[in-house]
Amino acid sequence: MTKILVDGIEVDVPAEYTLLQACEVAGAEIPRFCFHERLSIAGNCRMCLVELKGAPKPVASCAYAVKDCRPGPNGEPPEVLTRSGGTKKAREGVMEFLLINHPLDCPICDQGGHCDLQDQAMAYGVDSTRYKENKRAVEEKYIGPLVRTAMNRCIHCTRCVRFLAEVAGVPDLGAIGRGEDMEITSYLEQAMGSELQGNVADLCPVGALVHKPQSYNVRPWELSKTESIDVMDAVGSAIRVDARGREVMQIEPRVNEDINEEWISDKTRHAVDGLRVQRLDRPFLRENGRLRPASWGEAFQAIANKIKGTDLKRIGAVVGDLAAVEEVFALKQLMVGLGTAHLDCRQAGPGLDPALGRAAYTFNPTIPGIEQADAILLVGTNPRLEASLLNVRIRKRWRMAPLAVGLIGEPADLTYPHVQIGAGPESLAALARGEHSFLEALKAAQHPLIVVGESAANQPGVLAAAASLAQAVGAVTPEWNGFGILHNAAARVGALDLGFVPGEGGLDFTGIVGGGVDVLFNLGADECEIAPGPFVIYQGTHGDRGAQRADVILPGAAYTEKNATYVNTEGRVQMTNRAGFPPGDAREDWAILRALSDVLGHKLGYDSLTALRRALYAEHPHFAALGAVAQSDVAGAIEQLASRSGEGARGAFASPVRDFYLTNPIARASRVLAECSSLARGRALEAAE
Amino acid sequence: MLSDQDRIFTNLYGLHSPGLEAAKKRGAWDGTKFLLEMGRDWIIEEMKASGLRGRGGAGFPTGLKWSFMPKKSDGRPHYLVVNADESEPGTCKDREIMRHDPHLLIEGCMLASFAMGAHACYVYIRGEYVAEKHALQKAVDEAYEARLVGQDNVHGYPFDIYVHHGAGAYICGEETALLESLEGKKGMPRLKPPFPANMGLYGCPTTVNNVESIAVAGTILRRGGAWFAGLGGKNNTGTKLFCVSGHVNKPCNVEEELGITFRELVDRHCGGMRGGWDNLLCSIPGGSSVPLVPAEQIIDAKMDFDTLRGLGSGLGTAAVIVLDKSTDIVEAITRISYFYKHESCGQCTPCREGTGWMWRVLTRMAHGRAQKREIDMLFEVTKQIEGHTICALGDAAAWPVQGLIRHFRPEIEKRIDRYTANPHTDPVPMAAE
Repeated sequence: MTKILVDGIEVDVPAEYTLLQACEVAGAEIPRFCFHERLSIAGNCRMCLVELKGAPKPVASCAYAVKDCRPGPNGEPPEVLTRSGGTKKAREGVMEFLLINHPLDCPICDQGGHCDLQDQAMAYGVDSTRYKENKRAVEEKYIGPLVRTAMNRCIHCTRCVRFLAEVAGVPDLGAIGRGEDMEITSYLEQAMGSELQGNVADLCPVGALVHKPQSYNVRPWELSKTESIDVMDAVGSAIRVDARGREVMQIEPRVNEDINEEWISDKTRHAVDGLRVQRLDRPFLRENGRLRPASWGEAFQAIANKIKGTDLKRIGAVVGDLAAVEEVFALKQLMVGLGTAHLDCRQAGPGLDPALGRAAYTFNPTIPGIEQADAILLVGTNPRLEASLLNVRIRKRWRMAPLAVGLIGEPADLTYPHVQIGAGPESLAALARGEHSFLEALKAAQHPLIVVGESAANQPGVLAAAASLAQAVGAVTPEWNGFGILHNAAARVGALDLGFVPGEGGLDFTGIVGGGVDVLFNLGADECEIAPGPFVIYQGTHGDRGAQRADVILPGAAYTEKNATYVNTEGRVQMTNRAGFPPGDAREDWAILRALSDVLGHKLGYDSLTALRRALYAEHPHFAALGAVAQSDVAGAIEQLASRSGEGARGAFASPVRDFYLTNPIARASRVLAECSSLARGRALEAAE
Repeated sequence: MLSDQDRIFTNLYGLHSPGLEAAKKRGAWDGTKFLLEMGRDWIIEEMKASGLRGRGGAGFPTGLKWSFMPKKSDGRPHYLVVNADESEPGTCKDREIMRHDPHLLIEGCMLASFAMGAHACYVYIRGEYVAEKHALQKAVDEAYEARLVGQDNVHGYPFDIYVHHGAGAYICGEETALLESLEGKKGMPRLKPPFPANMGLYGCPTTVNNVESIAVAGTILRRGGAWFAGLGGKNNTGTKLFCVSGHVNKPCNVEEELGITFRELVDRHCGGMRGGWDNLLCSIPGGSSVPLVPAEQIIDAKMDFDTLRGLGSGLGTAAVIVLDKSTDIVEAITRISYFYKHESCGQCTPCREGTGWMWRVLTRMAHGRAQKREIDMLFEVTKQIEGHTICALGDAAAWPVQGLIRHFRPEIEKRIDRYTANPHTDPVPMAAE
């Protein structure tokens, strides 16, 4: 620890701290444009200049370390002046330079109201300009469908370049030209090839890069902001849902160090327009082969009539990828009350078994835990597509220090170098036998990590093989949980926690949708084909695949329209908050089930969400611990998994995400994501040539 | 006046062969093994005793710079990088060394590398110096062939020297930008600290020296630091290559003692001032980046680091640009200003935005299309650039303009008056060019 004086206040900070950090500890605010906590230090905007006693000229506090400051002649601590005349003058000079070529178009700029340059010009700018020459004009660039450019406004902080190169791991942006002709560009005016590109617009301190889909649509002060959780993948990124009136306008990331740091994927951000279209806003009934709008009463009556004439053992229920814990809980109670065992939430396949303990189906090392791993084996998963922000963590870990990564599965560009070990279960078996040198890397590692993708876990024998490999390389010790399942559906872990799996004699997912029941209750499962025959009750939000194969449609609420609990792939319990109301007659899902249960004569015992949660927490106390990952017996679960020897599967692993941008009904309804998807397909075709 | 016995660059004008045999006859590679055997500390002490100040412009004591290198390697290799990216307008001394006396440079590289524990040396040559690159490469090949350098050389100190050809950007003469460029990146200066002696080329301890500083090392060590210190004045010791250009009768490169007066330098070596001494307007004594010094101050000034600093200018690279009264001084400084605008790398704000601003205002002022209050504004702009940038290019761009305003304000005002007095559309008569 080193003592340093900041404006006369003595603070004791670690020697590696930069002056900027030391000043923040002392409570002094330092303006900055180029500096960002999660990117490398560029030191080029010069806005954070401070006076350092004894230094001949002001220093850039973002880049100057406390340990580089010289003590005074009699050993006094070094002294930084953040409010002195010299500091103020230096910053005013820099501000003037930034403004001389910056257009005065704040009234039409989307950044207006949350612009760093605007804010800091209030503190360091002057009221008039001394620059009488023509301002610089820079051509707009096309850098993709998600980010609009207004390059006249660029102040060359290079945050966008550094983000893409460092965090996203694609070299798609750079600066060409030099001096005042320097321009940020994607070189050949191609779209950025990252699934995280929206973040560059967040990072841009001015209005040079703004979100294209929302451009000219919103002003920050018109929005009501609701903190919530994302459900586009199983990572559960922290988001802020900005709504104007009842319409969700945009989704922005929120800081959550344990999950997404402060980034979100483009799917998370731009699925917004999917929330407005294709919505189921009233119940529907199928009559004479056609769906017709109906009232809630008619819909419930139709269901009740059907169930009355059905053998209760021939009723089944499935849960899709976006369902929250509350409605799954209600549905399970209702189904168990009706007396059926045909329940399943495992839309991707029957491989995961909650009976083995929670550790057998969660991502046990946790996302921040990835930073401790020193060798990672990815089995049948492409984390870049299945869990983009988890992939960002792996890349972050790789940037910290050398990291061995092995991949068994489809070859993929993961943004960090990795060893392609093979394509399928046979390669996994060969690796376990020591036929590939990567085994040495895993064995040598202090904290080896084996990640099994959900689709690989569903191939018979793979989980057992991976678990015994984990045992063999010492991936699970009392200090380290190096075995995890990577999900890609937000609902899955929560539903598995609730045990929404076939009861005794019950059919599994394929059996239920394959015609094994007469009445099928489908809670938002859209990624499956339902066989002709059963009477299908679909409860969901969008007119997607599930709704088309429905006899009764019950319109539910999307994740921005309800307070609901989700459990992410780590097993972390989180809650969304309602940012707006469901459209039309649509209702919150638990309430629909509660109302339906009354009609069916198996009334659920709660009349409010609070009462439902009370019942839920009584049965499953871990849901009450928001933000936490409940401890579970990883070693025991691995042992059980490893002991399940079964017939080994053959054939290559395939990622469950065929198209990153179109994985769920909300995303499929989004025009923006459809454009991204077609661009990505084009890129893939080009790469294949 | 430097006596011929005290000249270091005895083939400065290329009258003799630059080849190895001829260079050996002139004294290069003489007793190098013996010098190496004296040890690292001796070399550094001797360099310190010589009082040699860096010849690249900043004038930092070379011996002291070498002593900043870690004494023991922590596992990382050490590097010597020789800055031959000589792009400062007016400067052409390194060019002559590489053309005509390359073996002095190569020997200096060996000695300096030994003194700082480096086994590899990179010479970064500016992009426009194609002939010089070939000349130096030829000399390096000769040295390899004669086993003077290389892994297994006659001196018993494994040492490799690589000639790297830049792409021609002024900023790559800045030491950290040079390292970036050498690493294959865009030539943009790094933030300091960490300094190159700690984190330089490829993150390893590195010293970056000017060609001339390295090339004189062999002779200094052979003849002793005291000899070198005996030339010139206190704190401004030794000999220096002056590149005199501009309105003198015979522009030339010449090796002279530091502290020679401007008058003597021009009279003795350049055939005098064009049109006599009364015709001298001013001089830019250290390459385009230092402020100009008006005639009455420069004419009898000693050409050394401290005297010129006292005059508000600097010795820089000792590229003495002499301007007579036919010069349109505002236009001349405008041209220099354009150079810095053109060469600014664009990394940090004050230089990127400020150099273009200065150039545009000066362009108007050269025509008189300006307000008198803009002179003060321009001066303030230069002050806003100076000292606020990552590297010294911002300072280099600001100083010539400051010098102009400090010494030739009436000239600018005169033009503004003339322009405002003639509000017609015909072009304003310009001073003869």
